[in-house]
Amino acid sequence: MIRSQFTRKRHRTQRIGFIGLAILTLLTITPILMVVAYILWQGIDAISWEFLSAMPRDGMRAGGILPAIVGTVYLTIGTALFSVPVGIGAAIFLSEYAPDNNWTRLIRISIINLAGIPSVVYGLFGFGLFVLFLQFGTSILAGSLTLAIMTLPVIISTTEEALRAVPQAFRIVSLSLGGTKWQTVRRIVVPQALPGILTGVILGLERAAGETAPILFTVAAFFLPQLPSSAFDATMALPYHLFVISTQVPGMPVQIQFGTALVLLTFILSMNLIATVIRSRARAKRQW
Amino acid sequence: MPNKNDSVKENKVVLENVNLSYSDGTESLKNVSMPFVANSTNVVFGPAGSGKSSLLRLFNRLNDLADVTLLEGQVLLDGENILDPNTDVIALRRKVGMVFARPVVLPMSIRKNLTYGLELAGEKNKTVLNESVERSLNQAALWDEVKDRLDDPAIALSGGQQQRLCLARSLANEPEIVLLDEPTSGLDPISTNKIEESLQILKKDYTIILVPHSVHQAARTADYSAFFLQGKLIEYSAGKTIYTNPQDERTRDYVEGRFG
Repeated sequence: MIRSQFTRKRHRTQRIGFIGLAILTLLTITPILMVVAYILWQGIDAISWEFLSAMPRDGMRAGGILPAIVGTVYLTIGTALFSVPVGIGAAIFLSEYAPDNNWTRLIRISIINLAGIPSVVYGLFGFGLFVLFLQFGTSILAGSLTLAIMTLPVIISTTEEALRAVPQAFRIVSLSLGGTKWQTVRRIVVPQALPGILTGVILGLERAAGETAPILFTVAAFFLPQLPSSAFDATMALPYHLFVISTQVPGMPVQIQFGTALVLLTFILSMNLIATVIRSRARAKRQW
Repeated sequence: MPNKNDSVKENKVVLENVNLSYSDGTESLKNVSMPFVANSTNVVFGPAGSGKSSLLRLFNRLNDLADVTLLEGQVLLDGENILDPNTDVIALRRKVGMVFARPVVLPMSIRKNLTYGLELAGEKNKTVLNESVERSLNQAALWDEVKDRLDDPAIALSGGQQQRLCLARSLANEPEIVLLDEPTSGLDPISTNKIEESLQILKKDYTIILVPHSVHQAARTADYSAFFLQGKLIEYSAGKTIYTNPQDERTRDYVEGRFG
């Protein structure tokens, strides 16, 4: 009798707990869904072939946002060119070759701390180093390098994590069969870690594509109705363009603001989607 | 193999005064001197922590990966000290194959698992690789079971098949010595039996060094036996007398199951 009362009470507590957690989960995804829905609702009317493929007109109050789209694509590619080889190389070194001593611990702590530096500080650093000191000027090159430095910690940490997740037994077997360390890394470790590495790379680049502060001083143009012709040209870019048309231009049609936001959001969410697809496919195929 | 048909067998490896210890002081070897006879099954047995695995990992220098603080003495393979810093460890590991306690198949097809070692050594000839696959699978008594699905993922095999694949994989390199570290500890009796039968045939061409997973397996398989306790060689003998009539009291206690 007493026992069944206890059981009933426990059941009720458990139910309340479940419902509470479910509500909290719902709370976390609600704002995201609202943001996406609101931007979609406000911005979808702006989307047209002209909006995506034409230069801005009338002080950006009409026409398209092509230079900003192209600029963001170029910056993302430029960032990848610098940060992917350096980041993956550093992660392979740290995970597979570096001894575990105070120096490598210091390097790891530095990398984690680099990820926490505010992006505007990266912007100022890039401005000082690339734009002024190395005289790259306000250019795609300077912007890409700045974004690359900002992205490096993310790529290094996620890549290292992916490499470390590969079972140690695979390495030992490969070495016992007469493999060199490099053969083992190249033939076993990196291929097995590749999906994790790609996910990290895409997440890092996604952050770079959406940042405003680092490109503010290094590459972004307020209004430049032409496509960049070399890495030494400045360019418009979606995040900065969105800032400009939302705060700096009076009489801006709301539609264009939200249309721009929608394009940026689509760009970033599709990168996210690609990362998710890679990850889930690899998980299904994984043999360990 | 030079000694295949000789009645007198040579010592393939000789350990001379080997001392080994790790930084955390766990397992170690204390002044071990003993021979390992060519074309025979050399069994090294004893309770956990007796130094068997450390001993085994001397032969292919896999101890290099561990935190070894002290290593002295000589391990003479065909008269050459392989502990010498100038030893070509890569070449040594091609000569000395190893099968681990837990079957570790590489995340690739059955065929790729078998050709992995040769491909590392630069072998590209398809005929050579295919012949090696068939030969090594036959040696490990696995050919009939997998010949129609060589390109399937190796992980799809059963545990016993995986371990035989691991044996075949080490044989594909055409080694001279095969190290087996409790290769049947996780296997059912039928798979265990298959591996033991393979070893009986393989010892004609290879030097087998086996850490068995039980005294019974030691007694079944051994041509030469060494009993270890806490890093020390307690008793060494040819044939099966160590199991029927051990000379040392500690060996007797262990063989009769009084500890371990």
